[in-house]
Formats: sequence, structure tokens, C-alpha cells
Amino acid sequence: MSAELDSLYQEIILDHYKNPHHKGLRGDPSSAGTAEVHHVNPTCGDEVTLRVHLADGAEGRVVQDVSYDAVGCSISQASTSVMADLVIGKPVDEAMSIHQTFLELMQGKGQVEPDEDVLEDGIAFAGVAKFPARVKCALLSWMAWKDATAQAQSDSAQTGGVTHD
Amino acid sequence: MEGLLPDLDVIRKDFPILERTLAGGVPLVYLDSANTSQKPQVVIDTMVDHLERHNANIARAMHQLGAESTEAYEGARDKVAAFLNAPSRNEVVFTKNATEALNLLARTIELGPGDNVVITEMEHHSNIVSWQLACERSGAELRWFGLTDEGELDLGNADQLVDENTKVLAFTWVSNMLGTINPVTDLVERARAFGALSVIDASQAAPQLPVDVQAVGCDFLVFTGHKVCGPTGIGVLWGREDLLNALPPFHGGGEMIETVTMARSTYAKVPHRFEAGTPPIVEAVGLGCAVDYLGHIGLDAIHAHEQAITAYALEGLQTVPGLRVMGPLDATRRGGAISFELDGVHPHDIAQVLDSRGVAVRAGHHCAKPAHARFGVQSSTRMSSYLYTTPAEIDALVEGLHHTRSYFKVG
Repeated sequence: MSAELDSLYQEIILDHYKNPHHKGLRGDPSSAGTAEVHHVNPTCGDEVTLRVHLADGAEGRVVQDVSYDAVGCSISQASTSVMADLVIGKPVDEAMSIHQTFLELMQGKGQVEPDEDVLEDGIAFAGVAKFPARVKCALLSWMAWKDATAQAQSDSAQTGGVTHD
Repeated sequence: MEGLLPDLDVIRKDFPILERTLAGGVPLVYLDSANTSQKPQVVIDTMVDHLERHNANIARAMHQLGAESTEAYEGARDKVAAFLNAPSRNEVVFTKNATEALNLLARTIELGPGDNVVITEMEHHSNIVSWQLACERSGAELRWFGLTDEGELDLGNADQLVDENTKVLAFTWVSNMLGTINPVTDLVERARAFGALSVIDASQAAPQLPVDVQAVGCDFLVFTGHKVCGPTGIGVLWGREDLLNALPPFHGGGEMIETVTMARSTYAKVPHRFEAGTPPIVEAVGLGCAVDYLGHIGLDAIHAHEQAITAYALEGLQTVPGLRVMGPLDATRRGGAISFELDGVHPHDIAQVLDSRGVAVRAGHHCAKPAHARFGVQSSTRMSSYLYTTPAEIDALVEGLHHTRSYFKVG
């Protein structure tokens, strides 16, 4: 059983949990191309407030920055940290594709082989897919990021703004 | 250990699930009884027997099986009435659960602008949201008792909160998060002094304390079947007969009527007034058996057992560095649910590590978000014992918590 537990709590996950990357909201939430969302997991109360800044790059929209405030378990906190690492600096289309890859891994019931080239530290979450109760923890901030990015894209042409769901 | 049930080994054998092992061959240590209790063999057998031999709809089938099924269902009502020491069996209304019973009251008790409803900050969401909805609908004001740092009701401003405009004072007998046992008779008297109706949520009290509605003197009391060794899908609303009959119907349908024409209907008296449609028959039969089972062991003896185990658990939990119990630290003033925080480890992660060792606890907000917010936490880990819990199981929890700290390299 301990092996099973160790497959869930990979060292990478515990490292991100203890030293989360990009934590702490930053930037101006009212600037153009910016959106902020607040997502909760109603069953356990985990919460994340996540801010996304998009910018125009040479090849279209780019995820210029992601920052957040979050409270929750090791899985949700580490997942947020890994997600921010993965998407910051990427074109929006590529980031969305990484999102999709991570989603498929989480929904794969432990049967999906993770692609390290795409997911990097995110492959550590492969074990989480075997614990149905924890999949929502791992996905909380990824869903928040997708929501915020979609909002930033739709209003970035105008003045930007803050929304709460 | 003093206070433990003398036949604990025998009682444990009544619960077949306690012999289960989990992944890795570890034995089950079930410490989540405030969430739902396990079921004794006699309840399981009674329900199976009903389905195998007596199944029919009740009160409307003119055949022998119908008579047997009706007798079993109404017999369960008698058992529940005895369990609560209710003056009349008519005062026992079967519902789906305690939540439905509370919503029934919040829907049917007449409220209006200028009225107020008083609840407490330690309520389960079912005793908060149902009254929020009622107040939004009616324009009545919602008020609540706050909590002290020790996790007890802060009665300091009681004279301002409950006044002549108070229509309902609704409160839990035992907190599902803090474990606090509230001064129910004092609160009932306060309600009565102002002509307000008293509503007691006994979901956590009914499993572990003698509940005597006449001694408490309340107007309404609700509890749920699955926490008293009965099945899910069945709850109880008890109320004074005259008050229940004065409430308008809740659900319309079969069995709750006196007569129906296309223009209008008249309604049955309680209990059938509030039991529209085919009720959860086998669940009621199972609940009747469950309260008989508890009565046979004795609620006083169960309460003493819970207090002994709770005291032992509080002592054991204090040995875990960085652990903080929320709620009273005196076992005689609380029930068997103990919520705690552990520095550096989130409740989800605690529950996950404990589960890998077979120890089942609850992690989260336990449907009591305001009570958690009061203590500045978002979630907690909760262990909850019952009549089948042994001191060795508490030891397994405490060892598991020490292990959790080392697993997450805390401290």
C-alpha cells in the first residue's frame, strides 16, 4: 500500500507543494489582456484565485504571466505550481494543447502513458489518476486557468477586467 | 478503561463490515461514523427479509402482503416514537433524511417581513441554507448565535438575538464538526418565552445520547436514519401533533389527502399529511430495527462508551506535535466527532495517508463551512467514533498521524 501511496505523492509533487512556483497574485488585474477567476472545489473547499495576462507575440497571443493565491491539499497546490511553469511564455494555442494533454492524463484512470516532452514535471501526476477522489484536486487550477484565459482572450481587445464566477 | 461497553467484542461481531480488510490486507479502522454509521446484521437481515417475504405497497394494497408491509412500516413508526419518547405515534413523520425534514419545516412554517429566524454558527449546511431560503422568500431576517473560542455557543447576546419577533429558533443538539453538546433545554425555554418555535437538529445527538422529546420540551426535532445504524434514504421529523396539523402540506400527492376533487383537496392529518407518495418502506422498516437495536444496548451505555473513547482520543491526539483540536477539550461536554488541524499537512493528505493504513476519517468542511471559517480554517480532518469503536482503533489513528507527519517530513 505504501508503494501505491508513493505513486501518488511523487517527490516532484512534494517539492512543488513545499516550494510553489509563481504563487502570489501579481500584475495589474485591470490591464488589457488580463482576467482573474476564482474557482472552488465545493466538496472539499479548496480555492484558487488565478490571474492570467495575455500579450501579443510574433505568432499570436502568448501567455505572458500566470499568478495565483490558493489554499488546498498537496496535490492541488503542486498541480497549480506545475501548471504555471508549463504555460507561462507559451503561445495560447500550445498552452491549451498542454492543458488538453494533462486533462487526458487525469481522466485516463491510470491507463494513459504520460508524455514527458509535453508535460515535464506534470508527469508526476500520472499516479493521481488512479485515485478518483483526487483527480478534482489536480484539475482545479487547470480549469481555472482555462476559464481565465478564455475570458482574457474575449475581452483583451477592449480594456481587460476582473471577473469572478 | 471505564465506561466502555462491556460486550464490545460481541457488539463488533454484530457489524459484518468491521471484519473487512482493505487494499494491502490491512484491517478496516472505521472512524467516520458521524458521516454514516455501519449497519448491524440484524438491520441488514430485517430489510432483506422484508424484501424477500413481505414486499408490497402500504396502506393501499388489499391483500395479505399489503397488510404485512403496512404493519411493518407502521410498526417502525411505533419503534421510532418509543425511541424519542414521543407522546403519540402520529407525531413521527418519515422523510428522506434530516435535510428534507428541515426543509419541510422551513417551507411550511409561515414567516413574513418583520419576523426573524435564529440559528447558530455551528449548524450543518442543511440547517443554514434551508432557513436562508425561507428568509429570502418571506422577507424575514436571519440571525445567528456566534461561537466562543472553545467552540461553544456564545450566548452573551442572546437577549438581543431572540425577541418577540422571533418565529423560529433552530439549532443543533450536537455539532457535527466541533462535537459540542448544546444546552438544548435552555434554548427551548428561551424560544418558548418569546413564543418562537424550537427546532432541534438531532442528527448527531440521536446516535449517541438518549433523546426524549418530552424531557427536552421542544416543538420539532429531526434526525436521519443512516447515522443511527439504519439505512440511508430515511429520516424523521418529530413535531407536536397540534403544530404539525396546523402546518400546510409540503408535497402534494397520494396518501396525504383526505379527499380530492378537480377543484380542490382536503388533507390528511399527520403523519400521513407529510408522507405524500409511496414512502421508503423497507428503509423505514430497517430504521425501526436499528433504533430497537440501539435501545436494546441502551443509549446511556452508548453515551458512556462514546465519552470514554472520546476522552481517550483527545488524550492520544495531544501527543501528536502540531495538532490542534477544534471544539471542547473536555470529553464530558462533547460528542464523538473530533475535528483537528495538523500543522503542515492538508486534511486531504492526512486522510489519504491514513486510508493507506486502513483508517477511514473525513477530510473537508463537513458541510459546516461557517463553523470552519469561525476558527480561521478552510477544512479539517475529523475522526468520529461509535458504539463499535475500540481504544486500539484510536491507537491506530494516532500512530497513523505520527506516520503522516514523518511521511510529509513535517517538523
